[in-house]
Amino acid sequence: MGLIVDIRKKLKSHNLDVSFETHGEYLAFLGASGSGKSMTLKCIAGIETPDEGRIVLNDKVLFDSKLKINLKPQERNIGYFFQNYALFPHMTVEENIGIGLVCSKKEKMKRVQNILKKFHLEGEGKKHPNQLSGGEQQRIALARCLIYKPDVLMLDEPFSALDMHLKEKLQNEVLEMLKDYSGEVLMVTHSRDEAYKFCKNLVILDQGKTVMTGNTKEIFKQPKLLITARLTGCKNISKCDVLSQNRLRAIDWGLDLEIEKEIPLNITHIGVRAHNLVSVANAAKKNTIACKIKKIYEDMFEYDVIATKDHEDEYSEIIYKVKKQDWDLRREEETLYLQIPEEEILFLN
Amino acid sequence: MEISPIIISLKTAAAAIVLTFMLGLFVARFVVNMKSEKAKMVLDGIMTLPLVLPPTVMGFLLLIVFGVNRPFGKFLLEVLGVRIVFSWTATVIAAVAISFPLMYRSARGAFEQVDKNLLMAGRTLGMSEGRIFWKITMPLALPGVVAGGVLSFARGLGEFGATAMIAGNIANKTRTLPLAIYSEVSAGNMDIAFYYVLVILVISFLVVFLMNYFSQKERKYLR
Repeated sequence: MGLIVDIRKKLKSHNLDVSFETHGEYLAFLGASGSGKSMTLKCIAGIETPDEGRIVLNDKVLFDSKLKINLKPQERNIGYFFQNYALFPHMTVEENIGIGLVCSKKEKMKRVQNILKKFHLEGEGKKHPNQLSGGEQQRIALARCLIYKPDVLMLDEPFSALDMHLKEKLQNEVLEMLKDYSGEVLMVTHSRDEAYKFCKNLVILDQGKTVMTGNTKEIFKQPKLLITARLTGCKNISKCDVLSQNRLRAIDWGLDLEIEKEIPLNITHIGVRAHNLVSVANAAKKNTIACKIKKIYEDMFEYDVIATKDHEDEYSEIIYKVKKQDWDLRREEETLYLQIPEEEILFLN
Repeated sequence: MEISPIIISLKTAAAAIVLTFMLGLFVARFVVNMKSEKAKMVLDGIMTLPLVLPPTVMGFLLLIVFGVNRPFGKFLLEVLGVRIVFSWTATVIAAVAISFPLMYRSARGAFEQVDKNLLMAGRTLGMSEGRIFWKITMPLALPGVVAGGVLSFARGLGEFGATAMIAGNIANKTRTLPLAIYSEVSAGNMDIAFYYVLVILVISFLVVFLMNYFSQKERKYLR
């Protein structure tokens, strides 16, 4: 059981070269726009055809370039949730949900009513999609996918068309509604928060290639690759020279770091997440940068402090995220001492 | 004033629009679904040609096809006993040939405007291509398709050049309104021509009105 994908396709800007497997765990595709996330889903759904490779779903071959197998989208039993929902504007909600069901009228009505109820859409069945809110439209699109009991549910940026304040509420709702669904779930997103929240496993795509696959939490903890660190939201990244087994120079920050454990030799960059920096009293502690504060941005619960190494412009900015109550306790001082805790350093190549 | 040109014209235009409508839809769907961009361009060019060619040239080409001394015309006459040239059927053929590009282009434009994601969604929902066409593409493209149909009808009604070439100008048989106007003016009967002109004006205005009505008619669900 599960989904095995190994495909290649020539695209205008770059080549798609994706391979991964998933077996029942939610899987997220994280990548910048244009990295081939949606194209991968379309190939799996059969809307686009890869040049070569193989797609196998629950031991059923959907696509195999060598065996010349290429099932039509209609034969693949895959639910595709489109970014803009792709609801049929000229049909009512009921018609939208039931359009592809093959069964008697009575049976169809029953199933549609059941799913409307489950998705809290009772009484909306006779309306047209444009008479409903964004959140309701999203639920209809999801209901339309799930009524067919697809083997794979693919969500293409499911929350990108929603307002900020709706997003969080609906993310939890969708998780709730997917509870009874037992097939594979693939989700394309460029939001690391969504990937982290929804999916146990992660595929990182860069310029059409799978550069990393694995457990979401582990990848966030140890991104290992520069691109992965960026995609998972690491704000502070510096080029580095490894000076010895326990010493390295962070070139962009103007700081030599002492590391107790052995430094991997092949690294080119190091990173540290903005909220993992620690503000300390002076430069006496090791791995501490004396910084000049350039700007402070105020968020709801925290400040984004932008700093550079003391009075020198050649170094790149360091972003330090700090809780408001902690920052407010700090004495007004010109110099900010930021310590990089060893266990929070990300070694990247 | 004879009433027969009015009857012949309406009959011709009505028969022509049925053929043009179906043919236009069929070809438009075929071209939209074509995979090769090059072949698409070539076919599109051929299908649009009657729109830019002088109608007499179209009439000439039709004569080459249907003339009784030409292979196809001969075949029709000798095997099926049908003589196309200078018959009422010829007025219909001329009207179809000339009005076809308008229908084809309107339908093609309307089909291409339909959101591709909707068609893909239909496929992933297990709908067959035929069902997708009738349930999704057609309803969404309908305003454009109807507008194209109305426009083609009007063009068929006003057809002169190709009709004169292949159907001639036989009173009570192939003399449509445009031909009747031409004949009456040639004979110096300006008054009679004036009445025919009035009839054409009324019908054409009605047609333009209908077209605007359909193309601007806002569907509440599309807003």
